[in-house]
Amino acid sequence: MRGRLGFVPEPVAQLPWRVIMMVLAIGCFGLVVLYSAAGGSVRPWAWSQGIRFFAFLTASIMLSRVPERIWKAGALPAYGLLVLALVAVELLGKISGGSQRWLDLGLIRLQPSELMKPAIILALARFYDILPIAETRRWSGIWPAAALIGVPAALVMLQPDLGTAIMIGAGGVVIMFLAGVPLRLFVAGVLAVAVAAPLALRFALHDYQRNRILIFLDPESDPLGTGYHISQSKIAIGSGGLLGKGFLHGTQSQLDYLPERQTDFVFATMAEEWGLVGGVLLILFFFLVIRWAMGVAGRAQGRFARLTAAGLATTIFFYVAINLAMVMGMAPVVGIPLPLVSFGGSAQMTVLLSLGILMSIDRQNRRTPGW
Amino acid sequence: MIEGSFVSEASHSFSFSRRAWLLGIGQSAVGVALAARMGWLAVAQNKHFTQLSESNRVNLTLVPPRRGWIVDRNGVPIANNRTSFRVDIIPDRLEDREQVLATLARLLTLTPEQIARIGIDLDNAAGFQPVQIADKLNWEQFAAVNVHLPELPGVAPSQTFARHYPAGAAVAHLTGYVGAPTADQYKATHEALLVVPGFKLGKDGLEKTLEPALRGTPGAKRNEVTARGKLIASLATRPGTPGGNQRLTIDVGLQEYAARRLGTNSGSAVVMDCQTGEILSLVSMPAYDPNSFSDGISHLEWNMLSQDDHVPLMNKVTQGLYPPGSTVKPMHALALLEAGVQPSDGVVCTGSIRVGTGTFHCHAKHGHGHVDMKRAIAQSCDIYFFEMARRLGYDRFAPIVRQMGLEQKFDLPLAGQRFGTVPDSAWKMRHYKQRWTVADSINASIGQGYVLANPLQLAVMAARIASGRAIQPRLLAGNVGQPPLLPFDPAHLDIIRAGMDAVVNGGGTGGAARLAIPGVRLAAKTGTAQVRRITMAERAHGVLKNGALPFKLRDHALFVCFAPADNPRYAASVVLEHGGHTVRALDTPGVGRDIMTYLLDRDRALASLAALEPEWGGDITTRMAAQAAAYKAAQAPTAAAEATKTDAVVPTDSSAVENATDAANSQAAALQARGPGGNSVAEDGTTEQDE
Repeated sequence: MRGRLGFVPEPVAQLPWRVIMMVLAIGCFGLVVLYSAAGGSVRPWAWSQGIRFFAFLTASIMLSRVPERIWKAGALPAYGLLVLALVAVELLGKISGGSQRWLDLGLIRLQPSELMKPAIILALARFYDILPIAETRRWSGIWPAAALIGVPAALVMLQPDLGTAIMIGAGGVVIMFLAGVPLRLFVAGVLAVAVAAPLALRFALHDYQRNRILIFLDPESDPLGTGYHISQSKIAIGSGGLLGKGFLHGTQSQLDYLPERQTDFVFATMAEEWGLVGGVLLILFFFLVIRWAMGVAGRAQGRFARLTAAGLATTIFFYVAINLAMVMGMAPVVGIPLPLVSFGGSAQMTVLLSLGILMSIDRQNRRTPGW
Repeated sequence: MIEGSFVSEASHSFSFSRRAWLLGIGQSAVGVALAARMGWLAVAQNKHFTQLSESNRVNLTLVPPRRGWIVDRNGVPIANNRTSFRVDIIPDRLEDREQVLATLARLLTLTPEQIARIGIDLDNAAGFQPVQIADKLNWEQFAAVNVHLPELPGVAPSQTFARHYPAGAAVAHLTGYVGAPTADQYKATHEALLVVPGFKLGKDGLEKTLEPALRGTPGAKRNEVTARGKLIASLATRPGTPGGNQRLTIDVGLQEYAARRLGTNSGSAVVMDCQTGEILSLVSMPAYDPNSFSDGISHLEWNMLSQDDHVPLMNKVTQGLYPPGSTVKPMHALALLEAGVQPSDGVVCTGSIRVGTGTFHCHAKHGHGHVDMKRAIAQSCDIYFFEMARRLGYDRFAPIVRQMGLEQKFDLPLAGQRFGTVPDSAWKMRHYKQRWTVADSINASIGQGYVLANPLQLAVMAARIASGRAIQPRLLAGNVGQPPLLPFDPAHLDIIRAGMDAVVNGGGTGGAARLAIPGVRLAAKTGTAQVRRITMAERAHGVLKNGALPFKLRDHALFVCFAPADNPRYAASVVLEHGGHTVRALDTPGVGRDIMTYLLDRDRALASLAALEPEWGGDITTRMAAQAAAYKAAQAPTAAAEATKTDAVVPTDSSAVENATDAANSQAAALQARGPGGNSVAEDGTTEQDE
């Protein structure tokens, strides 16, 4: 069945082309949206985003050749390094007297919290891989995992970066759930959050974070302040209608009414010009990518591979779901970009790295290669 | 939490699959929820959000409508719109600020203070909001800026309209003026037009009362703008509807003439068509310049106007109340005739009359001897009317007086009218809980005491006597029906008119009002309203001449007239506050005569005025400028007081007007409060000569 294209080298033919095509489609559509967001120009966004996208995608495909055991071996050391990096960021921030999220390594600016999103998945998967299965439902299967999640989440929270902290926490909790931690703990956890959330709102959050949540609950209370983002985003999506206002014809984005139109609110930029049809198609493509990733998890052999694949799928899911909920006014503005579409390298890199790991797992657990 | 059961790899795998499936279901549910949410926003709520998006995108700018003109009976503009040239700077398009400002300063001769102000405005300006450089430019300056426009990026010259009153102060109290709406006015209506920069509405006079007709409906300019206000494109523009023109009964030539002829007096002149009731002129002087009010008046000018004892901020025609003095005598004589008194019935005037404990004096110190009705009018004999009022009681006079227009309210588009008093016994009981006395009748009989009227009512009185018709004053041009006849015996009215003819042409007190036009006679009645009490001691030494008194203590001088005497066409009243009959050229008979002359022989009237005006310090504009300069010199004002515009409003309805009028009349009222024994003198007739 694979043999039809005989001239294609075996490693290339073995690539999961269907998902690569879907990722390419999402990425290229993102470039089109960024082109429009810049008023019909590849600068300043589409061009650099495109170069990065193809570079990261290539890197991602190369990563798919990395054997699973390397991921397994590197999971905990990588986690440890990132925790150290988070501490370093925190200390640098203290020294420079402001909040800081990145480390300047000379060549690149490394944002450890971003890489922590896949790293927490790998680390927890590795933890449950090491843990004897019988221990999973015991105390010794829970507190180390909770600690692994809690330390980086707390450090990120200190930055402060509520959105990333939530994603790290949620990603970790999903791994615990999939690893077989008793269900009643999650039920209790949900109840605990329900109790703790109002308290956190009152005492733990920064003023601007609290404001964002309060304004999310009542956006009209501050239409020109913090609520402006949500209001304008809803106007852009709502005025797009079924088919949109047409390419390059979105007034909300073209006339600067939509803030952050190329980053966090890029979905609103897209929806205004492409309408419900564009939006649903984009959601569908993301859904297919995530379903493929969940399928990889289902096919994978071994706890590490299974948990890693499902966890990375969930990470991508959280990116998409939180961002879309945010731009449609269903969640507070927490600063989570739409992967592969929003302008910016960090999320792009994280997601394509995750895809690379997923493809790597896929390659080694597939009975029939290729499509 | 700790479960002892053995968990196999197989069962774990099963648990994973089950939980992964649950997770997948959860993810799919969230995906569907997001798609549904999007569908709700984009389809169900599409209309709502499209509207919001449009109101974001499209900036609707109202364009103030062109204000309707106010024109006189012949179509001559009384208030029109003058093109006004202005220059603004759009800060975002400004390239070399210093160079542009330097060029503008040279072209427009800007002062250093103005440049400093522009600098501050530019520093505070937000992008595309224009900053005003200068307005009210003349054509040469405007053209100069336009010629240099290529080297002045960011400079935007434009034309607007400013309200203009060609006759200036002469029409101030008639038209009122326009100004920017107040914050309160906006709060009351929330009309978007009120906050459009440059929009002005009527603040007083006809501009205020005719506002709905004059305003028109605003046009709208639709612009596509960015969130920061940058103009992207001009969309469709909806033109406004200009306000309608309003034609008045006023003859603006006469209006201006009357204003000038009043000279340096503080007074008013009303001229009516006595057949139709059309008001031909309605002048109150001195006045403010409505042009400078429309542009926003300086604190300095406002202070000068509000401190002036000639009350230039008050419309004396409808807001000034005066004891009408002897001008009521013809009307009282009519009341006598209607009560059955014969014209030949005589009274002997010895110069004074004792009633009860008081003595009442005639203005003629040694008396008029025997006077009948016609002579009583012509000579303005007080004793005749004292005696008749003593016999009949003022309650017999009051109804006739009211029928002649006093105490009557007229339906005129002028705000803040005051209507005065025609007293009688019922009125006094109502107001003072006191019985009417003979002294009250005697005081009222010569238009003093409790009697108060405004100059418009006196003009109506003259017009009704002249025509015998119940004419109503009117200001707005339109179809005029002939008013009904008054219920008086025409023969009685003829007697009265003959008496008034004799005032001027029969050796009476108004000889100075005799017309110089061959074959046309003026009929008139003079009047004097005393504003101070003359004591017995003063009378013993000779009553002080008005010229020797401070302005505020001088008598009011009044005059009513109509012409031609044998076929009345026009009627007028002239009231000079504290005029005191001191200067012949400025006294009422001369003013009344010349105003009537204007209607009958314009060139003669203009010629006589041309001879007089230089003595008064030039025409109205010249005198106002001189007064302002003198005031400015005396006050040595700070630059700020001169520059800063105030949003002051002429206090039409405010207590300030009440106070001004009440102050003017307070002494007269005080005289009466002292009751019988008050020595009322209607010192009438010829002008005192200054020594």
